[in-house]
Amino acid sequence: MKRSTKRQLRHTGLYVVLIAALLALLFGLDWKAVQETFFNSDGFKHNWHDLILTGAKNTAIYTVIAFVGGLALAIVLALMKLSEVGPYRWLATAYIEFFRGLPALITILMMGFGVPIAFHWHPPGGTAGAGLIGLVLVAGAYMAETLRAGIQAVPKGQAEASRSLGMSPAKTMGWIVLPQAFRIIIPPLTNEFVLLIKDTSLLSIIGATVGSRELTNVARDMLTSGPSAGTSTSLVMAGLLYLVITLPLTQLVAWLERRQRRAR
Amino acid sequence: MTPAIYVENLHKYYGDNEVLKGIDFRVDQGQVVCVIGPSGSGKSTLLRCVNRLEDPTSGRILVEGIDITDPETDLDAVRSRIGMVFQQFNLFPHMSVLQNLCIAQQKVKKRPKEQAIDVARANLAKVGLADRESAYPAHLSGGQQQRVAIARALSMDPDMMLFDEPTSALDPELVGDVLAIMRDLAADGMTMMVVTHEMGFAREVGDKLVFMDGGVIVEEGDPRIVLADPHHERTKAFLSKVL
Repeated sequence: MKRSTKRQLRHTGLYVVLIAALLALLFGLDWKAVQETFFNSDGFKHNWHDLILTGAKNTAIYTVIAFVGGLALAIVLALMKLSEVGPYRWLATAYIEFFRGLPALITILMMGFGVPIAFHWHPPGGTAGAGLIGLVLVAGAYMAETLRAGIQAVPKGQAEASRSLGMSPAKTMGWIVLPQAFRIIIPPLTNEFVLLIKDTSLLSIIGATVGSRELTNVARDMLTSGPSAGTSTSLVMAGLLYLVITLPLTQLVAWLERRQRRAR
Repeated sequence: MTPAIYVENLHKYYGDNEVLKGIDFRVDQGQVVCVIGPSGSGKSTLLRCVNRLEDPTSGRILVEGIDITDPETDLDAVRSRIGMVFQQFNLFPHMSVLQNLCIAQQKVKKRPKEQAIDVARANLAKVGLADRESAYPAHLSGGQQQRVAIARALSMDPDMMLFDEPTSALDPELVGDVLAIMRDLAADGMTMMVVTHEMGFAREVGDKLVFMDGGVIVEEGDPRIVLADPHHERTKAFLSKVL
């Protein structure tokens, strides 16, 4: 048999398998049950309002708080990690390894339930606020490593040129090194932002007042009450909303990375 | 008169590797001193020790009489009076040309913005780039970048200038512009220490030529004499390769 004939046969075979699998799905599944479970029509009519105006809105707010708080924390940690003073380096390393090593869910639960009682602490926003601070702590650990890598990626000659002009170490960091480091880490930082959007769903494990629930929490309530109760429709709708937010951002990350590669 | 730069018995180690083995060296005010030598001879390290970008292992370095190896010395203040020009230019890529020239004037010399801009523009004109003040470094040729770097150093009104192989990273046709500016500076009486491979520049502009090899100063003197009639074998061997 000729090589080209062989290849053609192999391609045809692959298509046959694919079509057979699709047909099996089409005729083998109970489509009525699937539709009723995931695409309940009453749910799709009535759930959007609360999912968007309460859930997605709070998800956006919590993501921004976690990102901004985490970034502020990350700047401190990254500078500590690059400090000339040993104990600062060790502290930063211990912090980063600790919070990157733990599941974020454990941190959030500890912050929400254990820490306020043990330390007689009344966090702003109650248990939910404490959980959000837990997310800030985790986000800070991840972004600190990104930022440290960015700072170290700035060519050494930049700091030397700055110092040779008489700029102090602090001025050199603030005016010359950090601005360039941030440019370098815009793509990975945007990526951290996307991860944070999804990680805010972990906050649903902690009780929150109705108006302050984020997207996953709102969807979970709808599993047991409302027009689509008893079906998973609200989860599908929440999932669609997450994708609407995250997919453009991951595309943005890809575009930023391409642009940066071209700039080099 | 206090020498601009006075180096006494300078030693510098990287780990176990001794790159400067007891250097005695001076640059008088208004003098142009060129330092030549093969790569790895320690000439750049010596230059970088003069503004403490490298920490000397032992020895003394006096800049205008101030001991910069003394931990009590305000290094930033001393550095702001020593202009430095790097082989790789090291312009700040996130700033326009004008911002590159103004940042240290404002942050170190505390000049008001308007004054800093006036000084910057005057120096840009001096290096022939008055029309490029709003450009970013990435949009300039290597020669233009190096001229901006010189203007940036000059904007701090330095008492002396250090040049670390300023033309080595440039395409051959761009070397001339940079050397011309350095000639003008020398003619204006600027104190200069120049690590270079440009023997023509050393011969025409230099007041003194220093030949280094293996971490020591092998020979020094009037550039015209050293280049034409070197005494030491190592100097002869080096010059026969580069001239």
